[in-house]
Amino acid sequence: MENAVSTLPAFAPALPEIVMAAGSMLLLMYGVFRKTSSTAEVSWGAVLLFIVTAVVIVEQGDMRAVTFGGMFVVDPFTHFVKLLILLAAAASVIMSVTFIRREGMDRFEFPVLISLAALGMLMMVSANSLIALYLGIELQSLSIYVIAAFNRDSAKSSEAGLKYFVLGALSSGLLLYGCSLVYGFTGSIEFETIARLIGREPSSIGLIFGLVFILAAFAFKVSAVPFHMWTPDVYEGAPTPVTAFIIGAPKVAAMALIIRVLFTAFPTVSAEWKQVVVFVSIASMVLGAFAAIGQTNIKRLMAYSTIGHMGFALVGIAAGTSEGIRGVLIYLAIYVVMNAGVFCCILAMRRQGTQVESISDLAGLSRTQPMVAFIFAMLMFSLAGIPPLAGFFAKFYVFMAAVKAGLYALAVIGVLSSVVGAFYYLRIVKIMYFDEAAAPFERPMPGELTVVLGLSGLFTLFFFVYPAPLIMAAQTAAAALVP
Amino acid sequence: MIVSAIAFYVFSAIAVAAGFMVIASRNPVHSVLFLILTFFNAAALFVLMGAEFIALILVIVYVGAVAVLFLFVVMMLDIDFVELRQGFLQYLPIGGLVGIILLIELFLVGAAWVISPEAAHVVAAPVPAFIDHVTNTRALGRVLYTQYMYLFQSAGLILLVAMVGAIVLTLRHRPDIKRQVIWKQVGRSRSEGVEYKDVKPGQGL
Repeated sequence: MENAVSTLPAFAPALPEIVMAAGSMLLLMYGVFRKTSSTAEVSWGAVLLFIVTAVVIVEQGDMRAVTFGGMFVVDPFTHFVKLLILLAAAASVIMSVTFIRREGMDRFEFPVLISLAALGMLMMVSANSLIALYLGIELQSLSIYVIAAFNRDSAKSSEAGLKYFVLGALSSGLLLYGCSLVYGFTGSIEFETIARLIGREPSSIGLIFGLVFILAAFAFKVSAVPFHMWTPDVYEGAPTPVTAFIIGAPKVAAMALIIRVLFTAFPTVSAEWKQVVVFVSIASMVLGAFAAIGQTNIKRLMAYSTIGHMGFALVGIAAGTSEGIRGVLIYLAIYVVMNAGVFCCILAMRRQGTQVESISDLAGLSRTQPMVAFIFAMLMFSLAGIPPLAGFFAKFYVFMAAVKAGLYALAVIGVLSSVVGAFYYLRIVKIMYFDEAAAPFERPMPGELTVVLGLSGLFTLFFFVYPAPLIMAAQTAAAALVP
Repeated sequence: MIVSAIAFYVFSAIAVAAGFMVIASRNPVHSVLFLILTFFNAAALFVLMGAEFIALILVIVYVGAVAVLFLFVVMMLDIDFVELRQGFLQYLPIGGLVGIILLIELFLVGAAWVISPEAAHVVAAPVPAFIDHVTNTRALGRVLYTQYMYLFQSAGLILLVAMVGAIVLTLRHRPDIKRQVIWKQVGRSRSEGVEYKDVKPGQGL
């Protein structure tokens, strides 16, 4: 007993997190000693840190390992999701470099906070107990609250940060309440133990209460209806690179966490949580499609688009099969890449030294910047889910999984709402190509934005040529949770 | 045994009496001093229970830092506590009722925990038996820094983010504030630091 407790846990499975934590603190120290002039260096340092961490994750291999007394897990699923999160975080740091310098908010804490948020996401993905899950979520959210309010001289940004913080705290309260109910009714905080204990005896109503509270908090994090209210305001108010960040990586992490919790801790009560997931999914898809129609601000429009997309991704979870998880992972990967491209275009919307955000500002972009307009239009087609672009395949895999699981109604509603959603995406294309040209945006586009936009465009356009690597990786990842 | 029983009753009686004086004394500085006395006696009770680590932490953190901080606040801010205490009688019935209900609930929870036979089995980190010669500093360290090391370090990172966030959102460097720049002070030569003035007798500068 003495030795069993006092021996140190294995650190090797958590090596990527340790590298991230040490690297973030190193960047923080560097920034503190070099003062504000070091923002660009710290930004590129953060990108380098993400790359190094990704290499460590790849080097780790696909082995399943559990450490820290069962609180931390790595397997092919975490492997896939972590790489995706690092990709999304790296893209948003790269996209922020020019913006934060121009807007006078270039303080070195910005990239440091993004890397700490990314660390929180990695911890969320690897969480295997309720406490580890909560701490990961808090690390992630707290960093994001701060960067949402980063432009502290702007009332809108402060409002976004405050709103996000207050509602996030509320969702943390829901989560903790749910966790304590689950702990109270099962007597364990570890996912596998919870699953074993639930499987042994008929599920009690208290446990289902706890599960629903936890799901409500997760719905907050992925901004799914009916917990989506904060999304448009926060996305509109936060500085644009921050919006680009919180639209991608945190959603991936939260979605992975939902999958992890539902499929490893609560597989035996799947009938109960499926109802919740199906409802949330339908509500998000429908609201995302209809509420976006009246928007005039492009960031708000993207917020509603995200709500819809999260609804589509939840369809895969509702299917409850390995194929469904594979669909969700493919969806998230394609979603992250498309959104990175879209936000490059939004960041390039700049006229006479100020950032513009309204959709009508895009009018006639096809004549002033034909190449950017082409890629933007293609990304819009892809978000709408029009073949043969990547977005079509994203939807295809989740809907196929839903149909195979017998959820015909869900799949039909999904397809119908994606038809409605196509309207507002195509409206942007129409404004760019057929409306009277507005004054051109500032040119040239910053180099790093061009690179990210180009890569995102290439991926979206040519995904159908060679989709096998992504699909195979997602397949292996999904098989780790549901064989 | 009788010595420890006497010690227990002495310490707890003083703790309760001092606790009462914290809210009863008119002078806020006296209140804080009684609070320190309460903390000290609580620490002594912990020592009697064999929890010497918590006892010392209580003295160092609460007496050494928190109570002194209270003392500073009380002395610096001129709060009229007599005015705050007006309406005490008015709120006494409801306040007393709430207090009594809370006390009963605490007793019930405590009793259920001590008496219930199942409670002993679900303790996640049981107190190690004294036979193992595990001091409680070591037992606590084992739980915090070995068993729950991952959570402890994550919580530390969250506090770091909170600190960075607070600084980044509120700190403003005002240009009109004079700061000490040591290399400038050290680098000053005699020629720029000293000025020679020829002062005529009886006139001054």
